[in-house]
Amino acid sequence: MSDGAPKVAAAAAKNRVGLTRADYDGSKSTLCPGCGHNAITAAIIQAAFESGLEPHAVAKLSGIGCSSKTPAYFLGHSHGFNAVHGRMPSIATGVRVANQSLLLIGISGDGDTASIGLGQFCHMVRRNVPVVYIIENNGVYGLTKGQFSATADVGSTMKGGKPNDLMPIDCCAIAIELGCGFVARSFSGDQKQLRPLLRAAFAHKGTAVLDVISPCVTFADHEGSSKSYAYVKEHDAPLHDIEYVPYYEDITVDYEPGSTREVQMPDGSHIYLKKLAEDYDPTSRERALGAIHEARAEQKLITGLLYAEPGLKPFEDELKLVEAPLATLPLESVRPPRSALEAVMEQLKTGKGLTAPAGGG
Amino acid sequence: MEPIVNDFSIQVATVNGSGSQTANTVLLRALFQMGIPVSGKNLFPSNIAGLPTWFTIRASKDGYIARRRENDILVVMNPETAAADVAAMGPGGVIVLNESIKVPPIPEDRVVYSVPMAKLMEPITTDVKLRRLVINMIYVGVLGELLGLAEDEVESALDAQLGRKPKALALNHAAVRAGWEYAHAHLEKRHPHRAARMNATQGKILIDGNAAGALGAMFGGVTVVTWYPITPSSSLVESLIGYLERYRRDPETGKATFAVVQAEDEIAAIGMVLGAGWAGARAMTSTSGPGISLMTEFTGYGYYAEIPAVIWDIQRVGPSTGLPTRTMQGDVTFAYTASHGDTKHPVLFPSSVQDCYEFGIKAFDLAERLQTPVFVLSDLDLGMNNWMSDPFPYPEGTWNRGKVLGDAELAQMPRFERYRDVDGDGIPFRTLPGTRDPKGVYFTRGSGHNEAAQYTEKPEDYQRGMDRLAKKFETARTLVPEPVIEDQGRAAGIIAYGSTHWAVVEARDQLRESGLALDYLLLKALPFPSAVADFVSRHERIYVVEQNRDAQMAGLLKIEYPEHAARFRSVLHYDGLPIDARSVSVPIAADETVATVAGVPEVARR
Repeated sequence: MSDGAPKVAAAAAKNRVGLTRADYDGSKSTLCPGCGHNAITAAIIQAAFESGLEPHAVAKLSGIGCSSKTPAYFLGHSHGFNAVHGRMPSIATGVRVANQSLLLIGISGDGDTASIGLGQFCHMVRRNVPVVYIIENNGVYGLTKGQFSATADVGSTMKGGKPNDLMPIDCCAIAIELGCGFVARSFSGDQKQLRPLLRAAFAHKGTAVLDVISPCVTFADHEGSSKSYAYVKEHDAPLHDIEYVPYYEDITVDYEPGSTREVQMPDGSHIYLKKLAEDYDPTSRERALGAIHEARAEQKLITGLLYAEPGLKPFEDELKLVEAPLATLPLESVRPPRSALEAVMEQLKTGKGLTAPAGGG
Repeated sequence: MEPIVNDFSIQVATVNGSGSQTANTVLLRALFQMGIPVSGKNLFPSNIAGLPTWFTIRASKDGYIARRRENDILVVMNPETAAADVAAMGPGGVIVLNESIKVPPIPEDRVVYSVPMAKLMEPITTDVKLRRLVINMIYVGVLGELLGLAEDEVESALDAQLGRKPKALALNHAAVRAGWEYAHAHLEKRHPHRAARMNATQGKILIDGNAAGALGAMFGGVTVVTWYPITPSSSLVESLIGYLERYRRDPETGKATFAVVQAEDEIAAIGMVLGAGWAGARAMTSTSGPGISLMTEFTGYGYYAEIPAVIWDIQRVGPSTGLPTRTMQGDVTFAYTASHGDTKHPVLFPSSVQDCYEFGIKAFDLAERLQTPVFVLSDLDLGMNNWMSDPFPYPEGTWNRGKVLGDAELAQMPRFERYRDVDGDGIPFRTLPGTRDPKGVYFTRGSGHNEAAQYTEKPEDYQRGMDRLAKKFETARTLVPEPVIEDQGRAAGIIAYGSTHWAVVEARDQLRESGLALDYLLLKALPFPSAVADFVSRHERIYVVEQNRDAQMAGLLKIEYPEHAARFRSVLHYDGLPIDARSVSVPIAADETVATVAGVPEVARR
C-alpha cells in the first residue's frame, strides 16, 4: 500500500464486481516516502476499484527503474511481470496476442521509455497494442538518480551543476505523432485529474499513453537546479549524502480546468501546470500538438486528456485472431489434420503447387 | 570411354538475380524425378542482383548428399568469374561455355562445349530483358542432351515451376528445346557422365530445412511467431506464414489461430515470445547469430524467470555481418550459455530436414515442460538448401504443455508456490495470467525471488534457486533428443552434429574403403545425454567434426568429461562453404594411420 491513500472511508464500500478498495491493494511500497510514484499507485488502486476491474483479468507489466517496481504495490491479485529495462512494450505485445482478454497495465519511467525503451515504445504505439501505458516521469526537473533523463528540460542541471543543453523528448508528442488514440498528461499529486484519466484509459481499446509528472524526492534534492522555465529557490542545505533520503509530505494539487498552478518540487524548484480548459477538444491531433508546443513556449506543462481517438483499430484486429485466447486453444485447433501434412508432402514430391515459398535468394 | 552413371556434380556459375534459380531447380528436380539421389546447394552473395553466384547439383547413385569439393561439370554463364571458374576445373573437367563469354585458353585435357546461347535465343523472343532471363534454360537443354536426361522429366519439372504462367512456360520451354537440339546436332560427346533412371527417390521429398522447420512448428501447434528479417533465417518464417495462412486460418470466417508479428528488432522479437510464453502461448522466433546477440539479455531472463520460448538460430558466418550468406556452426557455445550470470539452455541440433521438422514440434514440448528458452541450431546449408528426405511422419499422440495449473487444480490445493520444486525434478508448477483463483497469482521478476516468487535478496534464497535451476538442467539432459549411435566396439569414433552429419556419412565410407572403420555418434542436443558419456568412455580416440574454427563442441566435451579430455581430436572446417567428405576423411585417415601404425603413446600426440 502506498502512502496518503484515502482508504479508511472507502474500505467498506463495494464496487460493481463486489470488491472493496482493499482488494486492489498490493504489497507495501519500498519507494521513498513522498515519492510521486506512490501517489500514482494510489490513483491506480482507486481507479481500478472505481472501474470495477476484475483483478484476475488484469496483467501488470513493467520495465526497470523505480517506477517499474510499483506494479508490486497495487492489484496484488493480478499476475505481474517486471521485465528488463526498456522492453516492457514487447512483453505487453506478446501477452496481448496470446490472450486478448487481459487488460494490461504497463508501468514505465522516463528513462525506461524515453531512452533505452524509446524504440519499443514507438512500435507499441504504432501497432496500437491495447496497453494502459503509464510513464511515471520524474525527469521533468532534470534528475533521475543524479543522471539526466531524456525528458530533462534544456537548462536544468545535474547534481554536479552541469546544465542539460539537449532537447527533451516529449513522450506525449511522440505518441500523438505515431497515431496513438489516447494521450494524456497529468501530475502525480492531482488525484482528481489522474483517476478519471486512468479510468478512461482502462476503457480505451488501444494503446493509452499517460505521461504522469512525478516528483523525485531524493535525487532531486540539491542546489543549483536551474531550469530555464522555473524559479529556483535559494537552497541553504549542503549537498546531501546519497544515502540520505529526506522525508517529504506528498505534493497534492487541486486546481480548476483552464487555470495554471505553480507547484513547488522537492528540490525547491517550481513547475507550472496548465490544465486544459473544459471546452478543449481532444479529437484534433494538430490541436493537441499545438497545445503541447504552446505550453512549452510558456514554460508550462499542459495536463489533461490531450488527444483521443477511440475508434482506432487495436492491434489484434489487424491479426484477425479467433476469439478464444491463442494461449489456451486446444490441440485440435492448432494441429492441422493428417490430410494437410499429406498434401504438403505430395507437393514436395512433385514440386507442384508448393504452398510455401522455397528457400533461397 | 567407361561411362560414369549417376555420379557427378555440376556447378553453374552465374550472376545473382539473373533468373538462374528456376533453371537450376528444373535440373535438380528432373534428376530427382528420374530416381537419382540429388542435392542442390546455392552459394550466393549478400546481394539482390549483380554479384556472382554458384549453384551446385550433385547426383549420387550411392545417395551421398553432402557437398563435393570437386565439380565434374561447369556451366559458365558469368563473364566476371569465368576465368577463375574455368581455372578451377581439373583435367577431364567438362565445361559448358556460353560462347559470348571470353575465357583464357583452356588446356586440351578439359572437355569444352561452346554453345552460341545468345544466338539461340534470338528466334525465341525479341524482348532483350526476357532473353537475359530465359537464356539459362539453354544450358538446361544442353545438359539434358549431354547427360541424357529424360525429356519428360525435364518437361514436368519445368511445368511444376512455371505451370501457372503459360506465357513464361512457353518461352522457357522453347529455350530448353533450342539448347537440347543444338547440343544434339553440334556437340560430339567427349565426356563420360550420364544420367540414367534408377529407383532411389521414389516416395521421397525435396525440401529445405527452413521449410521443414516451419512445417514442424505448425504441426507442433505454434500460436505466436515473432521475427525480424535476417538471412539465412527469414525463409523459415516466410515458409511458416505460407503454411499457417493455408492451414490455420478459417477460410470462411477469415479468423486465424496464430499471430505472426514482424518485430522492430530481435530484442522485441524475443520479448514478444517471452510475453506470449508467459501468458501460455506456444511462441517462437527465428533468427541468426546477430539476432541471438541482441536476444541474450531476455534469454537470460527467460532462464531465470522460467518462461518457455523456442528460438531458432539458422547459423551463418560471423561475427557482425560476417559472410551473411555462408554457412557455419559457430554459435554453439554462444547459444548454450547465452546471457550473463549462470545461464545455460537446451540446444537442439537438427542434422537433416526431417530433424528440422521433428525438432520444430519437439522444441515446444521441451520448452514448456522445462519452462525455459530452447534453442534450435540449424545453419544456412541445412536451412536454405534443398535436401532429399523421406516424407515426414504425422505427429502421433498428444502434446506436452508442462506443469500448468488451472483454477480446477488450484481449488484442490492449500497453497501455490511458483518456484517450489514439488516433484524433485527441478521443474516447478506455473499458472497463467487470467487464472481466477487468487492463490495462483504470482509476480514474475528477473531479480531475486524465493519459492513463493517473493522478492528476496537473501543469499541462501538466491543460491537455493540457482541450485534448483541446475537440477532442472539435469532433468533436461534426460528429455532432449538422444544421439544416434553406431558402436561396433572400435577403438576410434567420430562425434558430429547438425549438417556436418552428411559429410561424415560419406567420409566413414571413404575411410572404410581404406580399411579404417570408425564408430559414430550423431549428437542431437545439449546438455549431453548420458549416452554421450558412455560413448566417450568406450573410445580411445574421438574425432569431433564441426564447422567452426575453435572446436566449440570439442571444448564443451572436454569440460563435460575432463577425465577423457585427451581423447578428443578436432576435425574442423570453417571457410563458409558447406563441409565435404574429404575434409573429414583425409585428416582422420592421416591421424588414424599414425595412431594405429606408428603405435605412438596416446599422450604424445596432440
